[in-house]
Amino acid sequence: MKHPGLINTVIKDNNDFFQWSEKNFAKIQIIIEKYPPGRQQSAVIPLLDLAQRQNKGWLNKSAIEKIAETLSMSFIRVLEVVTFYSMFNLNPVGKNYVQICRTTPCWLRGSDKLSEVAKEVTGCKIGVTSNDNQFTVVEVECLGACCNAPMVQINDDYYEDLTENNFRDLLNNLKTNKSIKPGSQIGRQTSDPKRNN
Amino acid sequence: MLKEKDKIFKNIYGYDDWGIEGSRKRGIWSNTKDLIAKGSDYIIEEIKKSDLRGRGGAGFPAGLKWSFMPKNSGKPHYLVINADESEPGTCKDREILRNDPHLLLEGCLVAGFAMQAHACYIYIRGEYYNESSNLQKAIDEAYVASLIGKNACGSKWDFDIFLHRGAGAYICGEETALLESLEGKKGQPRLKPPFPAGAGLYGCPTTVTNVETVAVVPTILRRGAQWFAGIGNPKNTGTKIFSISGHVNNPCNVEEEMGIPLKELIEKHAGGVIGGWDNLLAVIPGGASVSLIPKSICDNIKMDFDSLQGVQSGLGTAAVIVMNKTTDIVEAITRLSYFYKHESCGQCTPCREGTGWMFRIMKKMIDGNVQHEDIDKLLDVTKQVEGHTICALGDAAAWPIQGLMRHFRPEIEKRIEENQQRKAVA
Repeated sequence: MKHPGLINTVIKDNNDFFQWSEKNFAKIQIIIEKYPPGRQQSAVIPLLDLAQRQNKGWLNKSAIEKIAETLSMSFIRVLEVVTFYSMFNLNPVGKNYVQICRTTPCWLRGSDKLSEVAKEVTGCKIGVTSNDNQFTVVEVECLGACCNAPMVQINDDYYEDLTENNFRDLLNNLKTNKSIKPGSQIGRQTSDPKRNN
Repeated sequence: MLKEKDKIFKNIYGYDDWGIEGSRKRGIWSNTKDLIAKGSDYIIEEIKKSDLRGRGGAGFPAGLKWSFMPKNSGKPHYLVINADESEPGTCKDREILRNDPHLLLEGCLVAGFAMQAHACYIYIRGEYYNESSNLQKAIDEAYVASLIGKNACGSKWDFDIFLHRGAGAYICGEETALLESLEGKKGQPRLKPPFPAGAGLYGCPTTVTNVETVAVVPTILRRGAQWFAGIGNPKNTGTKIFSISGHVNNPCNVEEEMGIPLKELIEKHAGGVIGGWDNLLAVIPGGASVSLIPKSICDNIKMDFDSLQGVQSGLGTAAVIVMNKTTDIVEAITRLSYFYKHESCGQCTPCREGTGWMFRIMKKMIDGNVQHEDIDKLLDVTKQVEGHTICALGDAAAWPIQGLMRHFRPEIEKRIEENQQRKAVA
């Protein structure tokens, strides 16, 4: 299954130069202080996350080297963390990173159809970024919102209780830069069994 | 059925304010200082008496686990909260983290004090971004109100809580893999012993425990171990959040007493099986890693650790995945096999290679494109993996397939025969 988070090849472009932004540099100190002295390696996952956010959703070689330098770690120790965890992308992703949950609880409630809808609306295959860089659609394993299945994660937010129709609307709204509301798409409060309709 | 007044999670659906004001109105942080003043031995003894069993899947007695922490080790002690909820079917901790975070924080303080820890790390799964931001706000509020930090709640005990976000690895829900990840490494489980209570985070005594287990502790101490032990059945006490998903009319999280009959749970809270109870095919009662149970067992089974173990399944995380007769049961389990193949950390050969094998054979079985003897071959592979790996992921990958074969072997044999007939015709 194609997924930018499951790729193990690092992209090195000599034009890429990663430097912490001033705002993020201030955050680093706060993050490292969470851990006991000399244990700054613990901060590697939070820092990778920070760098990925600064770098539009993915990590290039320069960013990984910067983190190794910041935490006094060897490059390979950082790289093995990057490749181990699926949330770190080694390929560029689109503006809307759509992750469709495909594991059994979501599949039972129709996640297959969501993948079809996503392919149809965005016009790109699973795991591939669309030409206009608007979308990257991937299928992922359980995202832990099974009582609101089927669901997708778009960037940081969860969109739950989806159907083919409301998911199509959701993607079309994204496409036309309209705002969308995270959470349940059928107006239900979190995972309350009560429904409004 | 659980009475309203016995519910511990009063804001599970988030109708009420999750911040400090709302939490205080629900009784959280009301007399934390008095609870701590009763002393560490008293707290552990009460938890032992309440028969609280860990809510993360294994069901190990919580009080006993906490009592393994050494006294006077000379090293710092750590409490680590496992909020890396990734077991397919499970979404209970998410509701605590985003809708009642102070309940968890108060539990951290009391449990942390009981095991003489001054620092607590909450390891939350990376995808729970909004949940972690709620929790971080709650932590900040608690610091401002001096509920944690120096002299927490005026108890003279210093206690810090730090939030640590993971990055999308199921295996980090295994306690030693979680500690590795927290130390900034790949999340590959450690060989035990030494157990975390002896050498855990940074080589110091550590207890790793689930969100729900810790969140119920202050309420148990306030209302007494007797009250908690009086709910449910002996050795399977208290209340539990059940996550009901799959083919039910109203999938939901609901707090109920342990040992509630499965049928009652599904019909009262989740609006029943889609197409009625008779349309039920099978249920996975405790998250992806336990065996499924067919309808004949579902009719009378009680939802607790020992009853489900009696039918070769388990309560696990109490994530009930319901499948009705429209389900392709072989594909449902194949998807779980893919999940384990995907999430195997690659450390132990039986699991790394075995999960791939199991998935590939299962995938062929969906269409019956195998030979009859492949069923036994597959079962043999599951036995080769089970028990031969450092952590339980290998077992977890094997059990759903064993359960499928135990209860639905004729279905697969039928598919093999149909496939052979198709081939003969072609």
